[in-house]
Amino acid sequence: MKRFALAAALVVLATVPLWVGSTYYVNIASQILFYAVFALAVNVLAGYAGLVSLGHAGLFGIAAYAAAKIMTSGHGHLAVAAGALAVTLAAAAVFAVLALRGTGLGFVMITVALGQIVWGVAYRWISLTNGDNGITISGRPSPFGLSLASPRGFYWATLAVFLLAVASMAVFVASPFGASVRGTRDQPRRMNALGYHVWMIRFLAFVLSGFWTGVAGLLYLYYNQFVSPQAVTLTASAEALLMVISGGTATLLGPITGAALVVVMKNVASAYIERWNFVLGAIFVAIVVFMPEGLVPGVARLVRRSPLR
Amino acid sequence: MSVSLLLAINSITLGGLLFLLSAGFSLIFGLMKIPNLTHGSFFMLGAYLSTTLIARGFDFWTAALVAGVLVAVFGTIVERLILRRLAGAELAQVLVTLGLSFMIADVCLMVWTGDPIRIDTPAALRGTTSVMGLGFPIYRLAVSLIAVVFAAGLWGLLDRTRLGAMIRAGVDDAPMARVVGIRVSRLFTVVFGLGAWLAGFAGVIGGPILSVYPGLDQEMLPLALVVVILGGSGSLLGSFVGSFVVGFLYNFGQAMFPELAYVVLFLPMLLVLVVRPQGLFGRQAV
Repeated sequence: MKRFALAAALVVLATVPLWVGSTYYVNIASQILFYAVFALAVNVLAGYAGLVSLGHAGLFGIAAYAAAKIMTSGHGHLAVAAGALAVTLAAAAVFAVLALRGTGLGFVMITVALGQIVWGVAYRWISLTNGDNGITISGRPSPFGLSLASPRGFYWATLAVFLLAVASMAVFVASPFGASVRGTRDQPRRMNALGYHVWMIRFLAFVLSGFWTGVAGLLYLYYNQFVSPQAVTLTASAEALLMVISGGTATLLGPITGAALVVVMKNVASAYIERWNFVLGAIFVAIVVFMPEGLVPGVARLVRRSPLR
Repeated sequence: MSVSLLLAINSITLGGLLFLLSAGFSLIFGLMKIPNLTHGSFFMLGAYLSTTLIARGFDFWTAALVAGVLVAVFGTIVERLILRRLAGAELAQVLVTLGLSFMIADVCLMVWTGDPIRIDTPAALRGTTSVMGLGFPIYRLAVSLIAVVFAAGLWGLLDRTRLGAMIRAGVDDAPMARVVGIRVSRLFTVVFGLGAWLAGFAGVIGGPILSVYPGLDQEMLPLALVVVILGGSGSLLGSFVGSFVVGFLYNFGQAMFPELAYVVLFLPMLLVLVVRPQGLFGRQAV
């Protein structure tokens, strides 16, 4: 049953560009996929490690800006991807060392501050980042001869990356490392007493999260062919967190559902509702107050309770 | 010489405003363990409300007090109705306060539009005064003075009154304070209301200097965060010193390294975090 559902989901995902018709919706589907990768990355920390980061848009933006800088200085796409991910990993390591000085609220506040530094640099260091005007790049890569210039080509490439991310998350969750990350979330003292290096486990979880955040940032840049300080605002970090929380933390499906929800709300609903930020805030408040565990576990609970079963 | 003097005055003024903003933030954080991300919104909301009040014919100081009270009422309602339900759930509090800050920002945009609004300097405090042949803007001096008076008042409240002793007991060890009969839950409401009032009031008296515009909330909140991380949460002295440090770093940073102003602002904070994670005047977490 489960295998069948998985196969069906794969077929549906792979054929999206063939049946949704207009390129507008293909592009929305691509956005959902790379934001889902971002949400999965945030979920590693917020869900499994119990460390809520409000600075992840900073890492996301660092990847996008690094890639844009490397590209505008005339390097090939391979160098762009490798360089951007290397820079993001290094930044994630620095972020982790600083943010892990605190846990709980301390961690949240430090990540807010780190995210704001990145925003400040993106906004004010005009000679490096071109300030508010952002950086425009031209051209998407063509890995293995597949051109990503068309919305369909880009969708399939994003889907491949997305599936890779989901698979890596599934492996991570099932692995002893995943178990130890959850252990440091639930019982840090016991884990310490059992001889686990709690700090190192959290650090590695942060770097893993940083890696997939960087991948998502790279896809974001290639999708928009443009990056500006808008990508690194506190609101962007909060949106990523909203995806995770609204879907359900510490689940695989939750962040993906949440990413779909937020992207659809933003693109489709904002065509009808002018006050998107108000709606975003209201969803935040409503979910936290009424469905604190998120949509996926929340709906699962309702289904379990229903008299039909 | 005169440029750096002007910068110093601006720094002290900003420090004073930041103190009013972050003292409440720090107390709320220290006592209730709530990271109140709506605090910047309270600041902005206070300023916006006062523009309406002033337009309706109130004078500046009455408007400042009344706007503060309105913000405090709003804050108390939020605390009672929403935050109270989420006691102990830090993540939920972060999200709810962040969500509320988005909602407040959008409502402000709807009501007061996107154009910056200038609040006029009260007539009695316009112009400059001359001390030792140097011109000082009177209003900025007045703001600094107000901050110092409030600092002294808050210190007196916390250090010399029964209420202050109860608040300090709550900050140090809330369960123990409950055991000895202090109504910590009522204290929460009082402190949250006081913090909101201070933030709203600060927004109004900051108005003639900063004016009010969309995004002011997101600009002030990180500054308050830096102050609290620098000074240590729950410490009034920490907020005071931290505010002026941030005031100086911000103004001098912007004047000397305009492109790196934020880096200059946040680097000392990161340094403090690495060397002394509880903040300069914070106590070691139990």
